[in-house]
Amino acid sequence: MSIDGELVVFIICGGFTVVGALGMVLSRKAVHSALFIAMVMINLAILYVANSAPFLGMVQIIVYTGAVMMLFLFVLMVVGVDSSDSLIETIRGQRLFGILFGVALAVLLAGGIGTALTDKGDVGLDAANQEFGGNVEGIANLIFSDFLFAFQATAALLITAGLGAVILTHREAWKPKATQKELSVGRFMVGAGHPGNKPNPGVYARHNAVNTPAILPDGSLSLESVPEPVRSRDDSLIIDHRVVSTVVELVEGEDQN
Amino acid sequence: MDPVYYIYLATILFSIGAVGVLVRRNAIIVFMSVELMLNAANLVFVAFARMNGNLDGQTVAFFVMVVAAAEVVVGLAIIVQVFRTRQSASIDEPNLLKY
Amino acid sequence: MTVMPAEGLFSLMWLLIALPLASAAILLSTGRRSNSWGPYLGVLSVCASAVLGVLLLIEMMGLPTEERAITQVAYQWVFVGNFTVDLAFQLDQLSIVFILLITIVGSLIHIYSLGYMSHDPDKRKFFGYLNLFVAAMLLLVMANNYLLLYVGWEGVGLASYLLIGFWQHKRTAAAAAKKAFIINRIGDVGLSLAIMLMFVTFGSVTFSDVFGSATQASEGTLTAIGLLLLLAAAGKSAQFPLQAWLLDAMEGPTPVSALIHAATMVTAGVYLIARSNVIYNNAEWAAMAVIVVALITIFMGAIIGSAKDDIKKALAGSTMSQIGYMMLAVGLGPIGYVFAIFHLVTHGVFKAGLFLGAGSVMHGMDDNVNMRRYGALRSVMVITFITFMAGYLAIIGIPPFSGFWSKDEIIHAAFERGWFIGGAAVLAAGITGFYMTRMVAMTFFGKKRWESDVHPHESSAVMTIPLIILGLGSTFLGMALLLWGDIKSWLEPVVGYESEPTPLPTTAYIGITLIVVIAGALIGWISYARREVPVDAPSGNWLTRAARRDLYGDAVNHALVVAPTNYAARALVWCDARAIDGFVNGSAAVVGGLSGRLRRTQSGFIRSYALSMVGGAVLVLLALLLVRI
Repeated sequence: MSIDGELVVFIICGGFTVVGALGMVLSRKAVHSALFIAMVMINLAILYVANSAPFLGMVQIIVYTGAVMMLFLFVLMVVGVDSSDSLIETIRGQRLFGILFGVALAVLLAGGIGTALTDKGDVGLDAANQEFGGNVEGIANLIFSDFLFAFQATAALLITAGLGAVILTHREAWKPKATQKELSVGRFMVGAGHPGNKPNPGVYARHNAVNTPAILPDGSLSLESVPEPVRSRDDSLIIDHRVVSTVVELVEGEDQN
Repeated sequence: MDPVYYIYLATILFSIGAVGVLVRRNAIIVFMSVELMLNAANLVFVAFARMNGNLDGQTVAFFVMVVAAAEVVVGLAIIVQVFRTRQSASIDEPNLLKY
Repeated sequence: MTVMPAEGLFSLMWLLIALPLASAAILLSTGRRSNSWGPYLGVLSVCASAVLGVLLLIEMMGLPTEERAITQVAYQWVFVGNFTVDLAFQLDQLSIVFILLITIVGSLIHIYSLGYMSHDPDKRKFFGYLNLFVAAMLLLVMANNYLLLYVGWEGVGLASYLLIGFWQHKRTAAAAAKKAFIINRIGDVGLSLAIMLMFVTFGSVTFSDVFGSATQASEGTLTAIGLLLLLAAAGKSAQFPLQAWLLDAMEGPTPVSALIHAATMVTAGVYLIARSNVIYNNAEWAAMAVIVVALITIFMGAIIGSAKDDIKKALAGSTMSQIGYMMLAVGLGPIGYVFAIFHLVTHGVFKAGLFLGAGSVMHGMDDNVNMRRYGALRSVMVITFITFMAGYLAIIGIPPFSGFWSKDEIIHAAFERGWFIGGAAVLAAGITGFYMTRMVAMTFFGKKRWESDVHPHESSAVMTIPLIILGLGSTFLGMALLLWGDIKSWLEPVVGYESEPTPLPTTAYIGITLIVVIAGALIGWISYARREVPVDAPSGNWLTRAARRDLYGDAVNHALVVAPTNYAARALVWCDARAIDGFVNGSAAVVGGLSGRLRRTQSGFIRSYALSMVGGAVLVLLALLLVRI
């Protein structure tokens, strides 16, 4: 019994897609979900190729994995990478019935379509591809003949979608943009805080990373010198205690003098 | 290999996507689930194209991808805008349109 | 009977109707602008119609007998499939008699109204309505088919309603107008059903078509048509059992009572039956029903007239009774049609004179109608008295006054049919003598019983001249028409005439009638002229009390129609409020309650909606699979 190569590919990639899909649904963090779905996309692309659809496989990788998923990640960045869902369901019965219906859907679809299609045959696309000299040529022929109108309509759709995205994300300016002069005046107003630059992160012989707080002349640490996103993660602050104690000694000595 | 296995796989993926839409609250994840369902449909198209020896299925799958791309653009723009106004990406938050 | 197209002067016959109709339209549409000249326009239009009518009569007399029926088609009015009705007028010996009666008496009453209504602020409207009435009445008698006749029939009903309720600020007048209208409606239903039946039976409603093929229809159909027409005639002519409205109709101004409720409109029923003579000649039972109705009404009217103290209501009772005579005559068949029309004409003249005389008396007595407050007016209102006496002698049938000639012929015709009908007619003539003598005695003789602040006076010339003309008519018209005008042979081509032998010679019947009438008059004279008339009515015997209440006509109507209708209405209201509204409101409440619960599903959560969508998809899939298996 020879091993059916396609079956191997199907088992591996199909398994990965199912695992990826489940992971996408189950992971708490959106970033993980995005990574899982990217995995699904890539595996699906392989399955497309295995289904003698090389063009669609490539398009899948380029469009989905390349463009759509990047867009997802970009939006995730805007929305907040580390915002994770609470797993407590707020709508009563939603999760139970959701899963129930999902399973029922899978069973019914597989049962219905599957039983209808079993042993329906496998004509294969070799003949269709050969007609115009290849898979891409075949699809191109269809797109520019039978599906020409749909093609034109999708063109209009893409333009509209692009415009729509621009308009939706556009923010209306409610007041005129502040001039440089006004900004300067604002900086020196009472209650506006320190008018000058904030202190730079500490730069020492051993450390010059942005997560190193500067040491003030009195020996205390200036947390303001560390950028806000880094500062909120306490564990990432690097403090050179030797340098600190030296500075403290020096300060005290000066006092004695 | 009988291509009907691809159909089974597609139904499973589709159902997982549906469940994702139903149980997740993060709008972006819901959106990903929708994409997953679209991909499952694409897989069916591709499998059917092969079963029938006809490129129409692949062509339709191609159009589905185009439409999905357009939909993602608009949908994500909406999510961004909603997030800006409500500081949240939960789809349970905007629920004012009710009884 | 051949019908000739209208030529020469006859082509102007449409003007007869058009003149008063145009005048009515002008008066009723121009508003206050025509207040000053409107009444004169109204009088002029009717007078012009009268002149035209006389000219037409002269023209017609010049034609040979068989060419005297002339028709003029204005235009095709109704055309539905094979059924067509023309707006067409028919001028023949019968309608010209009516035209002359309507226009000449109408003109006199219009002139009289100039004086009678001179102080009324709505004078213009009054003349507009009167003109409308004249136009509608002329349309009624000139129509050449039943449908157009129906239009005129409704038109006079409308004018009657408007004029009875002319002083609508009086509740009684408004109620009387409504009563007249509603009771007339019952008769009108009869007429419309008769017209439908004619259409079904004959396929046409034109007089010539219906009469031409009447003998081909079954007697049952003809009897049905005859009875329906009798119902219509009873309604319009205040015959039993639809008589109740006429007495209340006296709430209208006196000229209205004279023109509409004595001389012309109430005789439309007689006209209808005389016009449809072919139908009654072939439907014995319908004719018998006419006689029965007529006899009942003759006595009802006479008894009511004997008991009323209101001079106009007494005259109204008399009108009922006299129209009963006409109905009796038309019920007798070819031996009576001619005399019915003859009596109709003389009655129209002398009763109009009597009403206008009563109006003149009321005018002098500050609109008091109670005869117990009159008395001894003969020296104060000389002209009124003399003309009233002419009418009085005419109505009780003293030769040579006009009523004698016509009523005597009817009584004679009744004896030709049988001694019972004839005897009843003679007896009623005696009662007529009684109540008319009572009226004259209480009004013009005896002692003064006036209210203290009343100063009776003779009316102005504009009122007395019509009285004089009508008085002359009451005196000489009957003789002139019968002896010189030969009304029998004039009308015969239209309504037919035949005579039957009687056991006694004609003079014997005249003698019997005269004796009975004089006896009745003597009783009246002794009771009311020789004895003192009490100012407050004595309670009287049971018949008097019943007659004062219109022989319980209203009570019967109330018990038979009004009360059951009220109960039915209340039952319907109950059904409407409880059953129908309950069902409607209940179902609304059920829907509302369900919606209140269902709207909870609109939670605003997109995921809930998606869940139900997926659930629906699962159900559809399940259904599909089940169907396939």
